[in-house]
Amino acid sequence: MDLQELQQIARRERERSRRIRIHCCTSSGCQASDALEIKRRLDEAVSEAGLDSEVEVVGVGCLGFCGQGPMVTVEPGDVLYEHVRPDHAAGIVAAINGGTCEAERGDLHHPFFARQYPIVRKNGGKIDPERIEEYIAAGGYRSLYRAINELTPAEVIDEITRSGLRGRGGAGYPTGLKWSTVAKSRGDRKYIVCNGDEGDPGAFMDRSVLESDPHLVLEGMSIAAYAVGADQGYIYVRGEYPLAIQRLQKAINQAKKLGLLGSQIFDSAFDFRVDIRVGAGAFVCGEETALIASIEGRRGQPRPRPPYPAESGLWGKPTLINNVETFANISSIVERGSAWYANIGTETSKGTKVFALTGKIRNTGLIEVPMGMTLREIVEELGGGAADGGEVKAVQTGGPSGGCIPASLFDTPVDYESLAKVGSIMGSGGMVVMDESTNMVELAKFYMEFCMDESCGKCIPCRVGTVQIHRLLGKITAGQATPADIEQLRELCQLVRDTSLCGLGQSAPNPVISTLRYFPEEYAALVPNE
Amino acid sequence: MFNSNGVHTTMSTLPASSQTRGTPASAGDNRLKILEATMKRNQYRPDALIEVLHKAQEIYGFLSPSLLTLIARSLHLPPSRVYGVATFYHFFSLAPQGEHTCTICLGTACYVRGAGDLMAAAEDVAGVSVGKTTADGRFSLASARCLGACGIAPAIIIDGVVAGHATPEDIAARLTALLTTPSED
Repeated sequence: MDLQELQQIARRERERSRRIRIHCCTSSGCQASDALEIKRRLDEAVSEAGLDSEVEVVGVGCLGFCGQGPMVTVEPGDVLYEHVRPDHAAGIVAAINGGTCEAERGDLHHPFFARQYPIVRKNGGKIDPERIEEYIAAGGYRSLYRAINELTPAEVIDEITRSGLRGRGGAGYPTGLKWSTVAKSRGDRKYIVCNGDEGDPGAFMDRSVLESDPHLVLEGMSIAAYAVGADQGYIYVRGEYPLAIQRLQKAINQAKKLGLLGSQIFDSAFDFRVDIRVGAGAFVCGEETALIASIEGRRGQPRPRPPYPAESGLWGKPTLINNVETFANISSIVERGSAWYANIGTETSKGTKVFALTGKIRNTGLIEVPMGMTLREIVEELGGGAADGGEVKAVQTGGPSGGCIPASLFDTPVDYESLAKVGSIMGSGGMVVMDESTNMVELAKFYMEFCMDESCGKCIPCRVGTVQIHRLLGKITAGQATPADIEQLRELCQLVRDTSLCGLGQSAPNPVISTLRYFPEEYAALVPNE
Repeated sequence: MFNSNGVHTTMSTLPASSQTRGTPASAGDNRLKILEATMKRNQYRPDALIEVLHKAQEIYGFLSPSLLTLIARSLHLPPSRVYGVATFYHFFSLAPQGEHTCTICLGTACYVRGAGDLMAAAEDVAGVSVGKTTADGRFSLASARCLGACGIAPAIIIDGVVAGHATPEDIAARLTALLTTPSED
């Protein structure tokens, strides 16, 4: 494979492509609402109308507006249909030539779409994730070519460092710094690990990226491997995401066949192989040392750091671990330059972030917005405010490790530092909206039950502390607590936070601490004499 | 369609009636051959344990003690290590699952959209609590952490098929229909 061949594939794909494309979302959300049948019926309708030479139906990745799915778009023309049913198919095809269509029309210029800035999700809803040719026609693998042929590994790392990209898994560690640490670590072998163990309930960004654009992640991993000197990579994906696993495997096979993965990529001395590891249901495996243990076939229990995986990771070798979304940013940064990327976002948080906007909100789905957009803009403009005529009370970010942010603080810009200041975290990108029907103490208990179940049991503060906190919350919700219990709850939260071994335990009290801070009246109402 | 991998407490992918379930030694089936092939493809490496357990559960429906012993021996691992891994991960089930299964997502998005009411309705109709299988082995009720189907919350999986925007009424109706259909036996 060389550049010419790559361009040839892109050209052939563009020539093959029909003038009009009907895009039918085939991600798992829409598949659960009959999307595959809709696609089949659309194919039939195109044939019946004799439009085969002009129109093609393409199963595409996630369009993002999942609450309105199944979704179908027709290009050119920016036509969007929502809540599509199989019996709408004929009408959608007829409408191309001015016929009538019963399907509900949506608006691609709605703020939900118009205010987004897609980088990670640039191909979502546009290309068929199961065909590498479409990814290449959209400019794919050009960055990998450029990295290998025009840049030294050090220059690639420099570019990523200057872009200001920070880890999208939650903690926000500078990506360039991590890469240069791994590059400098000595080892006869180095590994790349992509963390796709998206365990936060309410977050599905990584699932969507893997299902909609698997090659984007593979290309990012390959560029990283070239930069740090690794020749083997693993993608660890949740067992709950069968469609993502299937599409990823297909993508790996296609890339291997074209010589974009494997030995001597782009006829260079660079080799890189990628294997999938399927998770088996353990939230703690999102923690990097636990994830490594799981890839090695052991119980997913974390270990103390240092040494960090960058020095001693998988099988004791230097290992670069980044999240799916982090890798999905790499190709665009190499293609368009660090200056372009660093221009997006805020002073300390560059680029965009994908959020899963869910809960009691009118517009449910995935959004990718520049860092620094305020919660109010996200909830009210993109999200359209509360669902079912309610009033938004709070937003929960960061899942069981994050906190609840009350509506009074919605002018907080979404970046790593500002979210930490109000007692939450960026997390992986779950954003669950709550209205007045959600009891915040019950919610805190819900998250604590989650952490209690998911605690791996290795360190005592987390193993015992989460159980005790859960017990206290149970006492409160049952109306049997005293003011002394609230005091003990505070102390216990602090203790678990300060003394747990890994991020799971250290952040498990966050939902309790933040609800105690912002919704004390809800606790008081349940505690006599408080 | 999701396969049974989509859930926290796992479901059987095999019809309960067709074969002696869970036992590696039962004659006349090629499940053991499939399992052997998987282990061989992984060169019997101990670090392939989780992949092997995934495959074993997929073909046998659950992981019986004899199956775990067999895997331990083949991968040259102490049985304690294999048992430890099998019980650590939610995905692996050490007991047989019902012929039909219903999994209710209890992720946050589903939770604030009323997944708790769905669970109560399901427990009520099926007469079994979450994580349990009915005495006649016909039905298992399970919960999932998060299916990543938050856009269509609350989400449920009935016999491997995901459905969104579920209400207590339709889950009750669907389970009643499922439980009153005669068994395959």
